Amino acid sequence: MDSELPALLVLGPPMVFNLFQSHYSHKYRFLNAFSSHLPLPQFLQTQQTHPSSVRAILCSPRQPVTADVIRSLPSLGIVATTTVGADHIDTAECRRRGIQVVTLGSQFAPDVADMAVALLIDVMFKISAGDRFAKKSIHFKPWSFPSGSKLGGKRVGIIGLGRIGGEVAKRLEAFDCIIMYHSRNKNPSVSYTFYSNVVDLASNSDVLVLCCPLTEQTKYIVNKEVMLALGKDGIIVNVGRGALIDEKELVQCLMKGEIRGAGLDVFENEPNVPEELFALDNVVLSPHAAAYTLDCFMDACEHVAKSLDAFFSSKPLIISPIT
Amino acid sequence: MGSISVLLVGKVLPYLEQELDKRYNLFRGIDPSQRAAVLRDHASSIRAVVASSSGGPDAALIEALPKLEIVSSFSVGVDRIDLQKCKEKGVRVTNTPDVLTDEVADLTIGLILAVLRRICECDRYVRSGNWKKGDYKLTTKFSGKTLGILGLGRIGAAVAKRAEGFDCSICYYSRNEKPDSKYKYYPSVVELASNCDVLVVACPLTPETHHIINREVINALGPKGVLINIGRGKHVDEPELVSALLEGRLGGAGLDVFEKEPHVPEELFGLENVVLLPHVGSATVETRTAMADLVLDNLEAHFLGKPLLTPLV
Repeated sequence: MDSELPALLVLGPPMVFNLFQSHYSHKYRFLNAFSSHLPLPQFLQTQQTHPSSVRAILCSPRQPVTADVIRSLPSLGIVATTTVGADHIDTAECRRRGIQVVTLGSQFAPDVADMAVALLIDVMFKISAGDRFAKKSIHFKPWSFPSGSKLGGKRVGIIGLGRIGGEVAKRLEAFDCIIMYHSRNKNPSVSYTFYSNVVDLASNSDVLVLCCPLTEQTKYIVNKEVMLALGKDGIIVNVGRGALIDEKELVQCLMKGEIRGAGLDVFENEPNVPEELFALDNVVLSPHAAAYTLDCFMDACEHVAKSLDAFFSSKPLIISPIT
Repeated sequence: MGSISVLLVGKVLPYLEQELDKRYNLFRGIDPSQRAAVLRDHASSIRAVVASSSGGPDAALIEALPKLEIVSSFSVGVDRIDLQKCKEKGVRVTNTPDVLTDEVADLTIGLILAVLRRICECDRYVRSGNWKKGDYKLTTKFSGKTLGILGLGRIGAAVAKRAEGFDCSICYYSRNEKPDSKYKYYPSVVELASNCDVLVVACPLTPETHHIINREVINALGPKGVLINIGRGKHVDEPELVSALLEGRLGGAGLDVFEKEPHVPEELFGLENVVLLPHVGSATVETRTAMADLVLDNLEAHFLGKPLLTPLV
């Protein structure tokens, strides 16, 4: 019977939701709050559901799980998000209430690292610019575009050497890049050079790759000073969050040639992208798609389903939640 | 050495052309009518030919230059040069290996990612403002896929090394199996294509490898398979490739070279699963300069009676 299935309140919705719903419709009673303009309590009324029977939320950055949402659901026990970051969830409130917050773990890491490398090579070798050029005319003229630069020997400064940063490092080492990093703490198990100061890292790098989460400490971690320290031959790749970079300054630096180029998968105010960038050939732009592969989405769905399964059957979660 | 006559028959980096002009008595013979005029007046004085991927001396030209001693090519591929004729006539041939290996391998991985992850299409999507209407679709993961390399030479091996960083499985086809290789060998190109997700063409162009990528191989690679050509356009039966892509029999392609460069098949322009580049394979300033210096150094060594740096013949 439908009413025996555990209720799952869905906010957002997550990008994977269509896939998730198609695979798991037999396991949950979906309460699709994202499709309603009503405030949450009224929406639940329309679903003949009392707030106290909602124990689980599936969410995404599109619709934040605020303290208000949490307080309106007295039985809430688990919040699952299909992202690695949890900046759209009031995790402090969850901790206070003993609510488990489940994020994706390392499932995304290879796909995001692949995107970081893809953007870097594209900027270095002007692949997207070349594709645009080659598809303009049936006879391509000699391409007098300023030529690119190979990866070997380039010093790559990774900001955030977590799972994603580690996967990026591993890939770029195979290209003979020299890996350095900045993280909250030095990692004793890696031999890469650690910089406690981002400006110093930038001064000693040819490329900066942003792989860290967005926190109060990391907001605008790449600012004008860092970009000038990186220098006119420097390239920035961002697969973290848009607000890791001072976007207005970035646009200025790119337009003036203070840095050589940038590969950006994320922006401060998605899906809005500074239009000044559209005229530039030294940037490659991607619509926050670093984790958007079918493989990744299927892994994400499975991970969420397993976590919810364990929660609803009162078993310990397979992968430790972050709260 | 300003009195030594050198004939240029292929397009090269401007820096190289300038240096050749400075150091030698340089004749330009890239254009056929230009070449005919040069041959009329100077054929008997030309001692060296500088070639490139866009043009090299065939048997007829070699025969027409009785004083020819050396052909120095601004490329690693020498399919434009009649090597057999050079051997017969005792003409030395040099090319530019190694300096461009890493760069071509870097570009190859970039092309694979661009096709599988639709990087160029994503860039178009953002620039056109379409992102405001909705997210781009799901693309195909690269990490963990199986890479098939056709020709496990310097470039093929460099591509394999990079792909291993993405946890790819590597398999290959070569004229002969390499006993020291840790990668899986397939004795035919069709078998290689059947057993990989991405097929990279990285062998030299010879009469045997002309159209080595034909309909059978393309069909074996299949509707989810991707072809990457960083070799020579003539490795691929281009009309077959185009029809396979249009009909969905092949999953995607990344091409840096074309059968009739600089002609590019227009039918491919609108395909989101195809990335085209205007033969940039060794286009970085550093590499092209290194290649140019190698051409100049080989010529200098020859005329000073010293050993050649990178002789092929």
